[in-house]
Amino acid sequence: MSLITSAIGQGLLWAVLGLGLFLTFRILDFPDMTVEGTFPLGAATAVALICRGMNPLLATLCAFLVGMVAGLITGLLYTKGRIPILLAGILVMTAAYSVNLRIMGRANLSLLGKSSLFKNDFLASLPQYFDSVFVGLVVIIVVTLLLVFFLNTNLGQAFIATGDNPTMARSIGIKTDRMTIMGLMISNGMIAMGGALVAQNNGYADVNMGIGIIVIALASIIIGEVAFGDLSLTQRLVAVTLGSILYRFVLLIVLQLNFSANDLNLLSAIILAICLLLPRFRKFFHFDRLIERSVRDERNN
Amino acid sequence: MNATTNETANETVNADTATKTPLLELKDVSTVVNAHTANETKILNGLNLTVYPGDFITVLGSNGAGKSTLFNVIGGNLNADEGDVLLHGKSIKRESEEQRTRFLARVFQDPKLGTAPRMTVAENLLLASKRGQRRGLVPRGLRKHLDEYKTMASTMNNNLENRLNTATGSLSGGQRQALSFLMAVESKPELLLLDEHTAALDPKTSQQLMTATNDRIAADHLTCLMITHRLEDALKYGNRLIVLNAGKITFDVRGEEKEKLTREQLFNFFEDL
Repeated sequence: MSLITSAIGQGLLWAVLGLGLFLTFRILDFPDMTVEGTFPLGAATAVALICRGMNPLLATLCAFLVGMVAGLITGLLYTKGRIPILLAGILVMTAAYSVNLRIMGRANLSLLGKSSLFKNDFLASLPQYFDSVFVGLVVIIVVTLLLVFFLNTNLGQAFIATGDNPTMARSIGIKTDRMTIMGLMISNGMIAMGGALVAQNNGYADVNMGIGIIVIALASIIIGEVAFGDLSLTQRLVAVTLGSILYRFVLLIVLQLNFSANDLNLLSAIILAICLLLPRFRKFFHFDRLIERSVRDERNN
Repeated sequence: MNATTNETANETVNADTATKTPLLELKDVSTVVNAHTANETKILNGLNLTVYPGDFITVLGSNGAGKSTLFNVIGGNLNADEGDVLLHGKSIKRESEEQRTRFLARVFQDPKLGTAPRMTVAENLLLASKRGQRRGLVPRGLRKHLDEYKTMASTMNNNLENRLNTATGSLSGGQRQALSFLMAVESKPELLLLDEHTAALDPKTSQQLMTATNDRIAADHLTCLMITHRLEDALKYGNRLIVLNAGKITFDVRGEEKEKLTREQLFNFFEDL
């Protein structure tokens, strides 16, 4: 039972990453590699600031702002510098590694004996692991509501149109470069915030905690899409969170099969690859038609 | 104001338009590709064009004559290497494509280019209604426009009004192009550029859209430039016809003179080029 609670809590916390990446990967329609750098950047910023005595909530917001700066740099390199988005992301990701070491002063910084968002009397009174469920739920509800509001404003619609058809967007006066930069900033801000949350939950920040992050964030998006199919935009945002929780369940099952934690990135990649291939398999084996036919036959009988 | 505007000789201003001030002027506009190389060529070569408010100009010309380049120079997708582009007498040469959308709307030949495929018909119409305006953090208010959009879509006579909440990507090509056209004229732009906007459609759908286009331009008194390859359309619609050849305007008729022009005359003119 506690394993399941823990998985739900982890899923909720990591869902912030999925939602952040959704803005670039699904709406702007490109893969942003910056996130592998901004995730530990957010973690390092928050942990370093908390260690210097800053309020954890404020430190988490600072992580969001620092993440936005990283997104801004990628955005400028991509739009104004005309560097391909993959390369722009990799440049900022690589640079962030050194910045993270500077911020923490070493490769690993612990929060032992320091405060965090997960340390207060109310959370301590909850059963084991329910602290991350509670914090994760609050964060996800706030973030999802803000995103739904934003995407349904005139600005948000212009942002969506930019990803959907940049030629058309420019032809009706939408400044697509600005929209792209804005999207990268919000996305990376959210991912840095996710890093700050995960680091506080784990009790430490590590300079290598960014490796494989993009796969985990993508997994929550793709699993959500495979599991729930055709949805409205708001529903898709909720599906990302559910996908993130489902992903944790799958990991839980796989880890029960005696894989070690060192195999995690291999497993993540395999799970994501399977989810990405599922639609192809479906077509290949004519699953859709088989199901359709059996339903039809049943109705006729 | 600048009194010494270099009025060009081949510009024939008749009595009807002489009283009006020009909306758009292109002066000695040239565009160069592959500059400073052996392959240097001028697509537009000292082109002059004056457009008056209310003009509906059909633009003819063989492939490579510079029709699309002309539209790109007006639209700001391409900068003129020489010459100037004026709107209401003021140079807009340095304005970006996005800035020019406050007065200009454009429909492309490819139905896919003019609409956002994953957004619904109504969402697309709402986006276009804010053409050239600031888009802020204000709720979009889609629902209160739905009735208005339904009426607007029903003028296209192709069932578009019943698909307002459908993603644009699943519309037919004709419906999609009709939507592109509605999005372009929705905010009554000062200048409308139609780049062979019916060419990708089947003859019947194409005719339907062309009729709707003409009705709308007449009703809203829009100023329009329309590129077409169909001589019949070029003759039938608009009050002025120009022919582009090798980056220059080689033929320019309007009013009665255009009415009298026949398909044969035009065809022979093309043969002689």
